[in-house]
This record gives sequence, structure tokens and C-alpha cells, in this order.
Amino acid sequence: MAIIPHEKSSCGGLTLHKIQTEKYKTTTVVMQFKSRLSEETVTKRALLPYVLQSGTENYPSSKALRTELEKLYGATLGVDLAKKGDFHIMTFRMDFANEKFLSEDKPLLKKALGLFADVVMNPKKVDGAFDSSIVDKEKRTLKQRIQSIYDDKMRYSNMRLTQEMFPNEPFGLHVYGIKEQIDQIDANNLYEYYEKVCNEDEIDLYFVGDLDEISIKDLVTDLFPLKERTEASSAITEKAPLEVKEREVQEEQEIKQGKLHMGFRSGVSYADDDYYALQVFNGMFGGFSHSKLFRNVREKESLAYYAASRYESHKGLIIVMSGIEFKNYNKTVDIIKEQLTAMQNGDFNDEEMNQTKTMIRNQLLETVDDAKGMVELLYHGVVSQKLRSLEEWLDGIDAVTTEDVKRVADQVKLDTVYFLKGEGAE
Amino acid sequence: MMRTIPFNQLQETLYHQTMDNGLDVYVLPKKGFNKTYATFTTKYGSVDNHFVPLNGSEDVKVPDGIAHFLEHKLFEKEDRDVFQDFSKQGASSNAFTSFTRTAYLFSTTQNVMQNLETLVDFVQAPYFSDESVEKEKGIIGQEIEMYNDNSDWRAYFGVIENMFHKHPVKIDIAGTVESIAKITKESLYTCYETFYHPSNMVLFVVGNVNPEEIMSFVESNQAAKSYKDQPPIERFFDKESQRVAEKKKVLPMSVQVAKCLVGFKEPNPGRQGRDLLKHELSINLALDLMFGQSSENYETLYNEGLIDQSFSYDFTEEENFGFSVVGSNTSSPDELAERLYSMVEEFSKNPIDEDQLERIRKKKIGSFLRALNSPEFIANQFTRYRFNDMDLFEVVPVLEELTAKDVESAVKGHFKEESFTVCQVVPK
Repeated sequence: MAIIPHEKSSCGGLTLHKIQTEKYKTTTVVMQFKSRLSEETVTKRALLPYVLQSGTENYPSSKALRTELEKLYGATLGVDLAKKGDFHIMTFRMDFANEKFLSEDKPLLKKALGLFADVVMNPKKVDGAFDSSIVDKEKRTLKQRIQSIYDDKMRYSNMRLTQEMFPNEPFGLHVYGIKEQIDQIDANNLYEYYEKVCNEDEIDLYFVGDLDEISIKDLVTDLFPLKERTEASSAITEKAPLEVKEREVQEEQEIKQGKLHMGFRSGVSYADDDYYALQVFNGMFGGFSHSKLFRNVREKESLAYYAASRYESHKGLIIVMSGIEFKNYNKTVDIIKEQLTAMQNGDFNDEEMNQTKTMIRNQLLETVDDAKGMVELLYHGVVSQKLRSLEEWLDGIDAVTTEDVKRVADQVKLDTVYFLKGEGAE
Repeated sequence: MMRTIPFNQLQETLYHQTMDNGLDVYVLPKKGFNKTYATFTTKYGSVDNHFVPLNGSEDVKVPDGIAHFLEHKLFEKEDRDVFQDFSKQGASSNAFTSFTRTAYLFSTTQNVMQNLETLVDFVQAPYFSDESVEKEKGIIGQEIEMYNDNSDWRAYFGVIENMFHKHPVKIDIAGTVESIAKITKESLYTCYETFYHPSNMVLFVVGNVNPEEIMSFVESNQAAKSYKDQPPIERFFDKESQRVAEKKKVLPMSVQVAKCLVGFKEPNPGRQGRDLLKHELSINLALDLMFGQSSENYETLYNEGLIDQSFSYDFTEEENFGFSVVGSNTSSPDELAERLYSMVEEFSKNPIDEDQLERIRKKKIGSFLRALNSPEFIANQFTRYRFNDMDLFEVVPVLEELTAKDVESAVKGHFKEESFTVCQVVPK
């Protein structure tokens, strides 16, 4: 049996994914809306899911909606935004108890899904548009959400690094949108955009849980009457090109710890055969506690509490992050660069390789113990248009050789070094 | 002897055995999971800074942040770093220190028994040297600075600091750069020997595992180590007034959006067991009724732009301290503080609506089921409950039996004017 028992089918305007498992005490539903990131739509997209979860025709306020969710044994409803490669993803999630664990036997799925569909498909309307009092409230909240990125220095530094690396490209945009555009949005133009989303976005709907007895497809056809997409999406993410000149950007704020964020380009993305080697490279470079960054920056030199690297699967980036004293900037940057050189020179042994492969295997298997993690893993396949079974993935990691890792490491180019430091720090 | 404890409605079975040296071991098998998650926890946290050392005759006070420092240093051995042992065996390991606990843990999808052995053995074999203690000060110093720049953390600790006059819960778990400078190899050994006896610890394993195999492994592992029975640990806490120490604190930081947290200090802590479980659940139900997303208060505050989605609330109580905290990012920190207080006051005056209570009760039961999907939740919460003589699996039965009267009386006992305080973070 497959590790992820995944059944996929087309269902009107969306793709339905069913994952049958008895592991969980709840059922999880995840709906993903995918469209290209663009300056014209980024802010509307950042606002839309929050407006939708604030009231439907049947439950016209957030309070009414939340009351209903509580009655369903505290079903949870959440929305989220993500950037995956060149795409801006809106996510709607619901999770509700499986009644077989409750001292009551009314089936919850039908009711919960009805409510979920109500949120996505049947928003509260006034004169053929959204309710402007809801839109206004959510505009205010969105402004605050954008402002508060500044308050979390790690997130802020990440955002700034991405902006500096992709100054004139959609990928440089933040998923929360552009603050200056918020005032131009109103109940009418947002509703128009919502209709466009319903007709044109690529939509995937996932069910994870003990679903055997239920005819999900009929329910979904009934509750989500979406038009079939006119053209199959063929868009994929454009990888960040490798010709770059190294840049350094420094900023000052009144803070106590410097945030060092370094952006690299790898030229490898999810759909590539070298993706496995990239994962192994990243694991050895800065992905785990046995990695070169952790051992050298933290354990050997005591420069930082955290020093890690992570990769962006679609654009082909590697981001290194570390929190350091201002005065240790040059030293830390040098050590990090040396670790990359070491990787390029093949300065790692079989033990490190095997340890890394084992840890990646572990990570992948652990991810699918969690319903959300499972959906996340499968959705990478949608975004990159390359569906990879978990078995294939595990085998791919296993087959990576020293040469593969060196080849990937050789390609990795430093793009931008971003440093957020204290005011007046040298 | 291994005990079997079935929970029929939840379709779970828990296995328990107390070893000869006093170590409590629990196993919860989870079918279908790839992962096994194990925690080895001592009932020793940042608040335990004043005690009589093992075999000592007089009480001592140790530097702030030492429990957390010890947690870091336990991973380092004379010849190696235990992190690496785990990762060679395909496990990721970690640890955390809270006010009342220090937990060491791993998660893995393979070599469960070998990793379990590593976990138990490394925690039970300390190696501290002067040199490695000095080296760690740089790393932890950066951990402290990271939290110092974190506005959410500062607001949260600020409000707790306001509440307490003397109780060490007011001290940051990691201590300060100055306090950790005083930590020595010797002081680490003193703490270790006092608090890491098996009778002060719990081992919890959850995952796709065989309980018999785990119990018999731990049994022989522990039998091979020569632990002497230890008398109960004497810990000292100064008497706290019911009143908060400070009514208000404002922290200017490099932020664009202000934060306002309000807190109520529990005036009469000291509950344990079922009493504590009832009290904790009652106050949490009350907070849901007052401030949950289905409440009128939430709707009003949100509509008026006083809160956003960062709004949250929580109540927690341990053996000798407890508090509730409510708050959000906000455009008007002073107004929010006032409004939150008057909403609490208003709520305490009125009887609880039975229908609403019923709804929130259902919500809580559903959330508990959801939490049981998470091996991390089960191991960590079970241990926390166990250290307070509570039983995690009693949550649903106690929720089902709580009455409106129970909740009303808990509310009257907890939310008082003199136990109220405010902490705000504002843009510099």
C-alpha cells in the first residue's frame, strides 16, 4: 500500500483529492486556490479570504459563523496565504471531529462541509457586491498585518532579503500585498475579483480522514458548482537565473541582535532530477544540527544560537539565517562562505551523507503523520506539475551520490547578503 | 508491574509502570503513525531556584537561568555531542525548559529502541567541564538577545513580571547575560543531583510501538544503574500577596503596531489534582465565553478596530502560581486595557448562560480530540498534568460534568481588581 493513499479525480471546476486514513480523530478539508503572483492582484488576494470568512448569506457575521462552528464540536476554520514559486496561494482549511469518538452519533461531515462551502461559495452580499462594512474592517486589519511584519525582525529581514533579490519581479512581492493599494479596494472591485478567482483559479480540494463510507464526490459536485476551467493550467515557475552579482545590503533599527540573512540561487527546483541532491546538499550545509553551519557557527565559534539554511522548492533559492552580535558580522559571513566552499570541494564524508539522508527520510515520513503536512507535500506536485509519490521521493534521496551533491553545490551562487543591525553599530 | 489503562470512547490504551527507582514510564501506542515521539522530563524548571541540595543541610539559591543552562549542557559529553548520536540513528532530538519542567525529547521513524536508550542514558550521565560551561555562555547569550528583540515575548514576560513580587516565575526562563555569567560547573552538578533523580522524572513514549518491549527495556536499563532512594526535594517559595506587584508597564520597542496584554494573577493557587483540573478548565471555559470568536465582546472589539487576529487568551496554573493573560496587537493600547477589564467585570457579575456553556463545552471536547492527533501534545501535556497530579484523559469527563455554578465560582475567585495588571509594547 502507498504511504499516502491518495486518490485524485476531476470534479467540475476543481480537482478532488481523497486521502483515506484511520490515523486521526478528526477529518481535515483543505482548499487551495492558485493564481500567478502579480502586483495588480496581490493585495486583493491578500484581503479576499479574510472577507470570505467574515460572513455568508446564511451566517451573515463572523460571530454567527463562529457560533455555528462551535456547535459542530469546535470545528476549526482558517485561511492562509502563501507564495509558492511564482504563485500566490489562498488556502481555506477546516477540521472537525470524527463522530465515532464522541458520545453522539450525528454525522458531522455533511454539516461541516456545508458550512465550509457556504464560506467559499456563498459570501454575504449587499447589492451584488460584498458587504462594505466587512470589507472596511478587513482592510484595516490587513494594514495592521502588513505593518506588524516590521515588528518580527526575522520575518522582516526575510521580506527585505526577498525584495532585494527580486526588485522588479512578482516574486519580490509579499503575500500580504502592498499597503498603499489597500485604499483602492472596495466591496465592488473585490467582488469582481472574487468572481474571477472562482472562474479562473486552479482549485484543489483535499479530504483527509476516515471517509470510506461517504460519497464525497457527490457532495462536492453539489456544494461547489464551479465552472470547468477553460484552459488547463500549464504555467510553471520560472527559476531564478544563476547569473548574479553578489550584493550587500545593511539596515539599522533599534535592536539588540543582528539578523543576518543570506540569499543564494541554486538553479534547482522541485521538478528537477537534481532536487534530491539539493535536499541532501541543504541538509549537510545548514539543514540539521549536524550540518556545517550549525557545527561551525554555533558549536565551534559560539557566534549564534541559530544558524540554519532552508531551500525554496520552486524558485530554486537557499536562504541562510543567523542571529549574531553586530560586531561579528564579517566573521560570520566569512565562516558561512567557507562552509559553501567546503561543500563545493566535496569536503564531507560518507557518514555525513548517510546521516543527512536518514534525517531527510525521517522528516518526510514525519510530515505525513500530520494531515496538513500530507496535503502540503501533495500540493508541491500541483504547483510544480510534477507529481512525485513519497516512495519515489524516498528512493530518490537514497540514490544521491557525492558527485550529485558536489554538482549542485557548485551551482549555488550567493546573491544578496542582508544584515539588520543596531543603530550606530559598526 | 505494567498497568493497562483503556479509554474506550477515545479508542486509546495507555500503559504505565513505575520502576523500582521511582521512574514513571508511560506508553501510548498509535497505530498507523510513522513517527515515535519520546520525552524524558524532570519536574524541575526555572522557578526551582531555592532548595536544599541532595545530601545538603542548608538551602541554597542558584543563579537565574540555570535550569535552562543545564538543559543545554546535558547534550555535551566528554567526547561528543549527543545531538549527533541521535541524528546518526535517524532521530531529531531537542529539549525545552519551562517554569516547572525540563524535557528532553526525540522523534524518529526508525531505530526506536536504540534512540530511547540514547535518550535515557544521556540524561542520566551528565558531564560538565569549566571550558564547555564558558563556551555555552556565548550561545545562550545570543538566545537571550533573540528573545529580547521579540516584542510578543517581551509583552508576555512583562505582564507576568508585573504580577509577582517575589515568585521566580517573574524571571525570564533563560536568565540574563549577567546571571548566567555566574553559572559554574559545580552549581550545575548541584542542580543536576538534586532534580534529576528518576523518582522526580517521567518517561513518555508515543507512536507505533510495543509497550511490553519498552517497559522491559527501561526496567533493565534502570536496574543496571545504582540509584539510591532520594528523600522528597525541599523547594522554597516566598509567600506572594494576592495583589499584583505593578499595575502597568509600557515598553517602547522598535515596532509599528502596539501590543496590549492584560493579566490576572491567580489569588489563591495551591490546588493540585482534580481540583486544579476543574479550576483550570473552568477558567478556560469562562475565557471562551467572554472572549471567544463567537462572543459579543470579540465582535465589538474587532468591529471597533481595537483588536485583530492576533487576539488571544489563556489561563494556566501550576502548583504555586497561576495567571490568565488576554491581549492583542492594537491601535489603542490604553483603551483596549480598559475595555478588557470592564468586560471581565461585567461578565463576573452575571450568571452564565447554559446554552452558551453547552456550546463551548462541545467546542472544548472537539479541540481535545483534535489535540490527540498530535504525539507531541499527548506526551508533553500528559507529563505536565502528571506533575500536578492531574490526568490528561480526565479532561473530557471533567468538561462533561462542569456546571454553570462551577464556572461562576471559579470566575469570582480568579478575576479580581487587585490581581489585574497591564503590559504594553509601544512604537519607539
